[in-house]
Amino acid sequence: MAVLLIAEHNNKELRPFTLNAATAASQIDSDVHAVIIGQNSADAAKQLSELPVVKKVLSVEGAHYENFTAENFAPVIVKLAENYSHIVCSANTFGKNLMPRIAAHLDTSQVSDIIKVISPDTFLRPIYAGNAFATIKSNDAKKCVTIRPTSFDPCESTGGSAPIEKVDSSEEFSNTKFIKREEIKSDRPELGTARIVVSGGRGMQSGDNFKLITEIADKLGAAIGASRAAVDAGYISNDHQVGQTGKVVVPDLYIAVGISGAIQHLAGMKESKVIVAINKDGEAPIFSVADYGLEADLFEALPQFMEELNKLNTIQK
Amino acid sequence: MKILVAVKRVIDYNVQIRVKEDGTGVVTDNVKMSTNPPDDNAIEEAVKIKEAGKATEVVAVTVGEEKAQETVRKALAVGADRGIHVKVDGILEPLAVSKILQKIADKEKPDLVFMGKQAIDDDCNQTGQMLSALLNWPQATFASKIDVKDNKLEVTREIDEGLETIEINVPAIVTCDLRLNEPRYASLPNIMKAKKKPIEEIAASDLGVDVSPRLEQLKVEEPPKRKAGIKVANVAELVQKLKNEAKVI
Repeated sequence: MAVLLIAEHNNKELRPFTLNAATAASQIDSDVHAVIIGQNSADAAKQLSELPVVKKVLSVEGAHYENFTAENFAPVIVKLAENYSHIVCSANTFGKNLMPRIAAHLDTSQVSDIIKVISPDTFLRPIYAGNAFATIKSNDAKKCVTIRPTSFDPCESTGGSAPIEKVDSSEEFSNTKFIKREEIKSDRPELGTARIVVSGGRGMQSGDNFKLITEIADKLGAAIGASRAAVDAGYISNDHQVGQTGKVVVPDLYIAVGISGAIQHLAGMKESKVIVAINKDGEAPIFSVADYGLEADLFEALPQFMEELNKLNTIQK
Repeated sequence: MKILVAVKRVIDYNVQIRVKEDGTGVVTDNVKMSTNPPDDNAIEEAVKIKEAGKATEVVAVTVGEEKAQETVRKALAVGADRGIHVKVDGILEPLAVSKILQKIADKEKPDLVFMGKQAIDDDCNQTGQMLSALLNWPQATFASKIDVKDNKLEVTREIDEGLETIEINVPAIVTCDLRLNEPRYASLPNIMKAKKKPIEEIAASDLGVDVSPRLEQLKVEEPPKRKAGIKVANVAELVQKLKNEAKVI
């Protein structure tokens, strides 16, 4: 039986992690169908049909799907599930909210946040904030799996031409009402997908001092991250938080400034390709995961860093 | 309004966990255990709602082995009125826990069920949503703000794109984010008082729920270690290494 991928989108276009989830789905079985539930989401459905790994698109339209409420989405997918062996989506807040509601209806024990497909029924997933990896085999007839998007490459986004089939909508769940969404707008790359992330911790000492980080991030075309300590101290808003309770990032370059490296922060960034730590405490745990460690006062090091960057003829973007 | 709060006993968040050499799990003997951190936020919020006069009773429930009762006792010490301990040994998956909680909800008829958004041991992030599905109640996950309005709640949710606000009718499930509030500490007099509050013990087997695991944990291993890095002497060397050695800028 085929795998059903749940597409994440904003009714106009696919959200990027749908491509990573599609890759994971195609590693489970080459026969991947994708369902898109929304309102006036035809453009996003067309985009989905162009992913070469997707063999068929199921499109479900309804006014009550406009805001992606799990209570409205779950019945649609539960109904479709009889034709599929696996239901797959991203383990971001969209998938985390939705998938367990589907799994419970199907009486299936969900496998959350996998980082590797070992076989169609066996998966690798981090536990204890990434301090251990568990190999899990599912014995349920239908498997509900959420995937950690940063552990799978995005699939090709063009060249496919899967048929798009309309599917009937389900009844509206009337006890949950969407009020509003406040999206954080930024000209910078998104934290979850940026090639470079520059993060500040409690060592920054104030929100104003984050401008030292902002400058460098601008120069490098980087996203700005923060530790939980910096967020809790009110230096920066919590959408910047990297860690177990924030975002998991896997950039090519992660620069941790004034971050000691609490377990919960390391869980969110230690898979980054190259890690730089700048900290005046030479014993800080962040140095144990850093490829390049600089023991220095950040208030001296950051302006120097900016100067050195200005000397470079070219900077990769 | 009656609020049921589910709490879980986990390895304390400050403990550096160790993987057992035989690959069967992580070491839990002689390791400090605590209440799962966002479950503390769930208790705190329920108690605050009661203190504001908007709830009449807060009941703390846990599912697990004998010692799990400590988490209920702690909830009683910070303001829960009574406790329930559903006793069961062995590995419990979120699906099994949500089925047990469904039985407790059927019996207690709470207006709200609160719990942490995720347990920091298995990191599953499933139980609240599964319970909502089984009860067919609305779910407000990853809550960072809760306003109680008669028989409705307005809940602000932490989502990847920012914040989302929804309105849900009771009965409902709310899973709590660490940002929801600052959990209080239990005072010594309250810890003493909590010892007198009742905890009802129920055997999971009496609830008629099949809790046998569906998943097999084949192996638990240490994550691959990063190779040791180097210390650089100054910023100029750092930038030179990033440019010419790592080739990332």
